[in-house]
Amino acid sequence: MENLQVRIWRGKENGDFQEFEVPRQESQTVLDVVTYVQRKCDPTLSYRFACRVGVCGSCAMTVNGVSRWTCRTHVDKVAEDNKVEIAPLRNLPVIKDLVTDMSEFFDKWAKARGRFAGSTTRKAEFAQVSPESKERKRVDAGIECIGCGVCYSACDVVTWNKDYLGPAALNRAWTLINDVRDTERAERLAAVAGDAGCHACHTHLNCTERCPKGLSPTAGIAGLKRAVLAATLSGEI
Amino acid sequence: MSRRSEVLLWGAQRISAMLLAVCVIVHLVTMIYAVRSGLSGAEILGRTQGNVGWLMFYAVFVAAVSIHAPIGLRTILAETLNWRGQSANVFSAVVGLSLAMWGLRAVMAVFGGGQV
Repeated sequence: MENLQVRIWRGKENGDFQEFEVPRQESQTVLDVVTYVQRKCDPTLSYRFACRVGVCGSCAMTVNGVSRWTCRTHVDKVAEDNKVEIAPLRNLPVIKDLVTDMSEFFDKWAKARGRFAGSTTRKAEFAQVSPESKERKRVDAGIECIGCGVCYSACDVVTWNKDYLGPAALNRAWTLINDVRDTERAERLAAVAGDAGCHACHTHLNCTERCPKGLSPTAGIAGLKRAVLAATLSGEI
Repeated sequence: MSRRSEVLLWGAQRISAMLLAVCVIVHLVTMIYAVRSGLSGAEILGRTQGNVGWLMFYAVFVAAVSIHAPIGLRTILAETLNWRGQSANVFSAVVGLSLAMWGLRAVMAVFGGGQV
């Protein structure tokens, strides 16, 4: 097979792409390509990965302009004319090469009150939540998020509005709003309301299109919009 | 702008969008139907003038436009030009009031006659 022509982002925000040639292999992933470059071509290349099998979400990058997990992206599926361009995730500050600073991404989870608040102690009996209940089904639809940042990178609203909490944080808030054990519903609805919250979403569905877990943050955000409006009209928040 | 106001603006834009969806369809279908048989502007006005139904319909249409457009414009200004805050709010409100004024003037002409 012909060698793959790879362009990889080097430096910080004001860096540039550097070109490498990487031998093609069967079932080769984009993460394999980045690893080859770091081990065989330039050991100063910085990138993140851990599990290599789509569990941890740490290897998310922008491949040919699309945010993806590189470990679950086969070169065969994304190479155009035997070329691949690999850049860091969008909408996050670049620390170096393919490594982004994800602080603001996780800070926004905190701003959206992404932490469960219960009323019982560890001595209490387990809460009984029917898997068939409406709330539990809504939680199920969004709970598998592992915080990889692909949706945040794919979201245009984050690009336009730096304060926007983003799909992942809002999806997390939606799962907690529907958690019948949670005690901070009103505070959470207040935290996700307004211009930096759920109402800034334009329903472009980029997050839903790109989520590697197949979740739909857009659906959760739509639910938040309705819940916040209802809470505002009723005086709950 | 307060959180409550932001949420209520979003609600107003949603409701006005629902009204607009109906109004635009009725307006377009009526226009296409009216001109198909070769009605002139004067003949159309002859049918609308004095008709309270059309007066109400177009008054609602103009109200929905005057609510929907400035709220959307305010977001566009914020996201594309990074123009936020009181000045952007006032500008959007002025656009909304202008749309309402010109729109209602046109509605009155369609209902009552005279120069549009």
